[in-house]
Amino acid sequence: MNHFPEAWGRPRDDIYGPYNPSYLQTTGPKTHTQSPAVTGTSVVAVKFNGGVAIAADNLASYGSLARFTDVKRLRKFGESAVIGFSGDVSDMQHIDRLLESIDIRENYSTHGNTMNAKNLHTYLSKVLYKRRSEFNPLWNHILVAGFDENKKPFLSSADLLGTTFSAPHLATGFGAHLAVPILRRLFPDEESIETASKEQAVAALRECLKVLWYRDARSLDKYSIAVISEAGIEIEEDQQIEAQSWAFAEAIKGYGAQVN
Amino acid sequence: MFRNNYDNDAVTFSPQGRIFQVEYAQEAVKQGSVVVGLVNKTHAVLVGLKRNAEELSSYQKKIIEVDSHMGIAIAGLASDARVLSNFMKQQSLSSRMTYGRPLPVDRIVSQIGDRAQTNTQHYGKRPYGVGLLVAGVDEAGPHLFEFQPSGMTHEMLACAIGARSQMARTYLERNLDKLQDTTRDELITHGLQALKETLSQDKELTVDNTSVGVVGLAAEGAKGRIESFKLYEGQLLVPLLEALERSEEGETKEESMEVDS
Repeated sequence: MNHFPEAWGRPRDDIYGPYNPSYLQTTGPKTHTQSPAVTGTSVVAVKFNGGVAIAADNLASYGSLARFTDVKRLRKFGESAVIGFSGDVSDMQHIDRLLESIDIRENYSTHGNTMNAKNLHTYLSKVLYKRRSEFNPLWNHILVAGFDENKKPFLSSADLLGTTFSAPHLATGFGAHLAVPILRRLFPDEESIETASKEQAVAALRECLKVLWYRDARSLDKYSIAVISEAGIEIEEDQQIEAQSWAFAEAIKGYGAQVN
Repeated sequence: MFRNNYDNDAVTFSPQGRIFQVEYAQEAVKQGSVVVGLVNKTHAVLVGLKRNAEELSSYQKKIIEVDSHMGIAIAGLASDARVLSNFMKQQSLSSRMTYGRPLPVDRIVSQIGDRAQTNTQHYGKRPYGVGLLVAGVDEAGPHLFEFQPSGMTHEMLACAIGARSQMARTYLERNLDKLQDTTRDELITHGLQALKETLSQDKELTVDNTSVGVVGLAAEGAKGRIESFKLYEGQLLVPLLEALERSEEGETKEESMEVDS
């Protein structure tokens, strides 16, 4: 080995022949913005009488590898909003920095942070839409939970295209298929949401996360759950899915225990 | 001959620590016709005296709506005020676009304050030749701010700037305690009264030369939280000026009764 750093770690010319450096250059446009790298799976949320509950597990996957098992995907903003992130974790951290700078700016003004969850959702949807219009999207699907300007519970989503959607119960990713039907069965109409208690909402989310842990291969049994009410924000991190029963797995056909 | 060597630009201090160009800009504010602003617990009111350059011309606008929750009254160079008000309109609109919320009043005031200060610290720039009164409502209620060409901004309970504004300030200082608990209409009347104090003997307030802007919190049971900025000019002023007349009559009656007893 010689002392030139550029040769270190390369195949030796005297054994393998000179290295063709054209392999080091890629041709064509950048592609690393066209797919996420380290990802978080579903976020689930539901409104109840006097607030919103939101939950997400603590896993960041690298492809199908469960790479990081203590990632907090629920973020508090000010005293009355929580944002749940699914999708790319580094893009989540970028948005987190944007939110941090807004929080600092807001707190410099005389009357403190007056930005509510609805304002925040508007802002985030514009950021996401701007980035998708630059063909460089932030690869996230976000749920914003909190209160609107009339102090009514607020829950809305924004995705990587800048599409926004509001409903009394929302879930991103796999949860949109597995959790939303459960929540719809528990709270079928507006009235049932308005009469639902905080305990009912939290229990419903825990149930959803358990089903996701059973069925979503990118999920984890450790999760965080936040409740936003007039009293403020309570976030519980490092929760564990209790009372698991895998008996149903015996009956699954096609893969696992019974291949045929 | 004495010549001032320290007023050629806005970036040079005099040995006494003064910046003459900024002081001259403040003179321009004093040349402008008077505007008065005042707040109580629910409303912020702007009142202005409009001037016409000559008999045949129209009157110069004194009060400008910036957004539905905010307006400004101007004293000094109207064209400089237009630059500032256009900037304020843009900022308000962009806040509504990106956050879906009206821009907090203190935020926009410190932004124009920063812009004006920049003009006093860069060679080749000149200060704005205009003073503003900014009235608006936000989450924290109604506000009134004063803005000066130096970049100085203050939150005020009541304020008057422009020619002969001292008379209005004296009136406001005397009545400051009353202002806090007034109704919306009483506050407007106090504003008009303060404006009237500044008039010279041969002048009076008319529907042509007066301008009133009102913004505030909506009354109980009304739709929405705020009462949008409303500009009263021309015939719209008639009831306001009549209310002013009535309140003056009431006062003189009370005084004469005291004399009688």
